[in-house]
Formats: sequence, C-alpha cells, structure tokens
Amino acid sequence: MLVFLVQRLFGVVATIWVITTCAFFLMRLAPGGPFDLERSLPPDILRNIERKYHLDEPLIAQYIRYVTDIVVRGDLGPSYKYSDRSVNDFIRDGLPVTLQLGFFALCVAVAIGLTMGLTASLCHNTRWDYAAMGAAILGVSIPDFVLGPLCQLFFGLKMRWLPVAGWEGFSSYLLPSITLGSMYAASIARLTRGGMLEVMHQDYIRTARAKGLTERLVVLRHMIRGGLLPVVTYLGPATAFLLSGSMVIEKIFNIPGLGRHFVQSALNRDYTVCLGMVIFYSALILVCNLLVDLAYLVIDPRMRKQ
Amino acid sequence: MTDLLEKGTSLWIDAWHRLRRNWMAVASGILVLFLAVAPYGFDAIDPARIGQMPSWRHWFGTDILGRDLLTRVLFGLRISLAVGVTATAVSLVIGVGWGGIAGLLGGKVDYIMMRFVDILYSLPYMFFVIILMTIFGRNIVLLFFALGAVQWLTMSRIVRGQVLSLKHKEFVEAARAVGLRRRTILVRHLLPNTLGPVIIYMTLTIPRIILEEAFLSFLGLGVQPPMASLGSLTSDGAQSMEIYPWLIIFPSVVLATLLFAINYLGDGLRDALDPRIRKE
Repeated sequence: MLVFLVQRLFGVVATIWVITTCAFFLMRLAPGGPFDLERSLPPDILRNIERKYHLDEPLIAQYIRYVTDIVVRGDLGPSYKYSDRSVNDFIRDGLPVTLQLGFFALCVAVAIGLTMGLTASLCHNTRWDYAAMGAAILGVSIPDFVLGPLCQLFFGLKMRWLPVAGWEGFSSYLLPSITLGSMYAASIARLTRGGMLEVMHQDYIRTARAKGLTERLVVLRHMIRGGLLPVVTYLGPATAFLLSGSMVIEKIFNIPGLGRHFVQSALNRDYTVCLGMVIFYSALILVCNLLVDLAYLVIDPRMRKQ
Repeated sequence: MTDLLEKGTSLWIDAWHRLRRNWMAVASGILVLFLAVAPYGFDAIDPARIGQMPSWRHWFGTDILGRDLLTRVLFGLRISLAVGVTATAVSLVIGVGWGGIAGLLGGKVDYIMMRFVDILYSLPYMFFVIILMTIFGRNIVLLFFALGAVQWLTMSRIVRGQVLSLKHKEFVEAARAVGLRRRTILVRHLLPNTLGPVIIYMTLTIPRIILEEAFLSFLGLGVQPPMASLGSLTSDGAQSMEIYPWLIIFPSVVLATLLFAINYLGDGLRDALDPRIRKE
C-alpha cells in the first residue's frame, strides 16, 4: 500500500518534470522573440528587457532558473504580454471560479447520472430503462459548445428565466453548470447502469438476499458499492475533461475562470502564461487521478490485497 | 501471394454483404458521401442580402456578411471531414508503427514503449494541441498533424495486442522459417491481420477528431477565417444568435447529423468486419 503510494507519487513528480522540461524548450523554440512588436525596439531597451527576464543568460542557466523557481517558490514565471502580471496571478484569479464551476458541474453530473443509471438498472429492460439510455445517448452526442449557446438562446434570451452570462449569484451558475455537467451525466448514467447490471447477478447479492435483508438494504449496502466502481474510475479522467470542457463553457458564458485566461493567453501568444498554465493543469489532473486510485483502494477491498 | 489476395477479397465481400443488410449504416454512409461531394457554388454569395432568414433562394439563410449559409456549411463540413480523415491517417501511421514495433520486439522495449503510452494517456492532450497551435501559429496543416499526433495512443495499444496474440501463430513461424526479416514479417504478415480492429477504431477516431477540431475552432484556435469549419461556424453563429438564430442552428444540426452518421457507419462496419463482436 505504502509502496504503491510512493511509486505513484514518484511517477507523478517525474511526469510533471518531463512536462516542465518539454514546455520550457518548446517555449524557446517558438519562432520570434516574446517582445516582437509592430515597431522594433531600440537595441538598448531590448537588452534591458532581456536582462530583466534573464533572457541574456545561457539556455541551461535559464532552464535551471525556471525549474528551481517552480520547485522552490511555486513561481511559474512572468507574463510576457502583461508586464505587471505573473502566471501565478492568472491562476490565483481564475482557479477559484473554475473550481466552483467544475464542482457544480460534477454535482449536476453525479446527481442526474446516478439517478438515471440506477433507475435504468433497477428497471432493467422496461420503458424507464430505454428512456434513460436514449437520453444518455443524446447527451453524449451533443457537444457542449452546441448545447451552451442553445441553452442561452432558449432559457436566457427567449424565456428570460436565467442570466445569459456572467458569474454572479446562484442563478448565473445554473446554465453553465448544467451545460458542462450534462455530458458527464450521460457517461455516468451509462457506467452506473453497466456496473449495476454486472453486480446484480453476483453470488454475494444472492447471499445478502438469503440473509433476509430488505431489498432496499441489498441495493444500498451491497449493489451500489460494487456497481459504482466504474463510475469512480471514470471520475479521474472526468476531471481532465471537465477542465478542458470548462474552457468552452467559460468562453460561452463569459466566466472569468482559468480556462478563459488560458485560451486568451493562447490567442495572444503569451507563451509563458500558456505553458505555465499547462504545467499547472497537468499537475492538477495527475493529482486527481492519484486521488481516484486511492479512493479505489478504499472502496474495493479486493484491490488492497494485491 | 495469390493466396493472400484471395483471402483479402473474400473478407471484403463478406463484410460488404453484412454491411448491406444494416440499412442504418448504409444510409449513414450514403449521407456522409453525399455531404462530401454535394455540388455547391461559390456564386451563391449575395452581398445585397445580409442576415436574411432561410428562404427558397438561400435555404439556410445568409450570414452577417451576406454569404449564403448553406455554401458556408458545406464548405465547413468538408474542412471538418478533411481534418478528421487526415488527422486519423496521421494517428494511424504513428499508432500502427508504435504498437506493431512494441508488440513484435516484446520484452524490455515493449515495456518501455508501453509505459510511455501510459504516461501520455494521463495527460491532458487537448492542452498540448493548444500549445502547439500557440507556438507555431495557427495553420491548418499543423492542425492536421497536432490532432493526429495526440490520438494514436489507443490505436497503438490495439495493434500491439493484436500483434502479441498473432506473433506465435504458425503462419508467422512459417514466415520466419522461410528466412524473412522481422520488418517484412511485420509489414507483410502481421499488420494486414490487424486490419479489422484497426479499421473499426479508425471509424471511431474520425468523429472524435472532428469534434476536437470543432472544439478548437470554437475557441478561435483552430481553422482561421476566411476558411470555415463546422466549429468556427457554430462559434460565429453563437455571437449573433440573438438576432440571427439560424446561424447557429444550422451548423450545429449539420455537425450533430454528421457525427451521428459517422458513428452509425462505424458501428455497421464493426459488425460487418468483425462478426465475433456482434455475437457477444
């Protein structure tokens, strides 16, 4: 167990290091310097700027500085486009909003997905089952950047029930969270149904029934625990999808989150911000995957023995 | 050689017979083909009519610059399909090469190559495509390669698994006994036998890549104007949907239809090429 944890942690750190290294050298490979403006700067000023950002040092020294800054101070470097802001500023601004959005979306996804999946599996091969699975297929096949504007059009502009954009107050959280969550709701519904159907005919369920437990207890105590394993596994990759999905949602609903800063930096070709954020995103996703693996150990006793 | 050819032909004819019985798949295939070759004229651009409702003259209406939306959608659709097919081809080459070599060599090489794939699996590859687009500029050829280059992981796993299970079969032993080199065995004997699963996975990859391209274009990081793809059309439509709702409705509906059709076609192809899966 401890060995497993240490091994995995080591893997995460190594992966982040590789990403950081690739990111750094990609950044230096980029055609054109970071300060190429329409008008060329006088050489003296250019040299001063380069000195300020340590661009006059040899490449290896720059690399060591970049990595030590990240390790020692958690500093991902300055933005080359906005001289008074650093990558960390952008992350500090955007992260809380994105986490909120992701959290609400996940709540929506789990609530809707579990309800649909459990209904479908407990009423297997009935009209409820078909209805839920039909809705799930629809949910998976409509991309969020289509669903988002359509929701805005209908609920925001036509019916005027909910605000079209922004991130102020609960009513403005609803549309983005539902849009972002719907696709995961559909996946969770399908996984739940599959997992539950598999578990239903296992011997330990028959044992539980034979002990004389009520049907409710059998479902809640025994079936769900086994049947939801695939859903737990899915939550790891889902965080990655949620983060990339939030880029689109933040753009559609004009939400000042991490994703919008990231897309903006990519459009501005603000290399340091873009790469710094990818390093941050990757770390976030790797840690989430690790947490999911640990959760797996807690839920599934079979895994602990191995 | 003739042996090989005959066997190949019968596989295709068999598959075709099975595919033909699945009318949804056939209809999807015809739809995709039709969308890919449907005739349309650039002269449909009409500067005097800006933001018009759908009419007999302009079936899908016109956009804010007075361009015929049907023309734009058909053009965008072709760009989307082109990205899907090219990027899938790129992922095919990398994935089949990587997986084939790993499976054939086995041992430590296989272990290292597959751990590498595992690591890449856990990374947010969409972000890497965005980085590439940021650093090397947003051009469409790069888009083809960047999207393909992040989609080969599953393909390599499938091919590796197939090669591993095939490489101890008698026909490979026979090939080795004749004295063929390992590369020849891989290219001539092993890879052709992985064709079924590879084609199945390819048809799953194309819609995924189309969706990813649409995602990037929606963010403004994919296809750049004056070119259009279904993603960028949706994005443009979203900006003016309050006044011109058809500008977002038609591209989204076409995108959804396209993805549905390709997915159905893929399912049909899977059933046709690999009847074993169907029985399960």
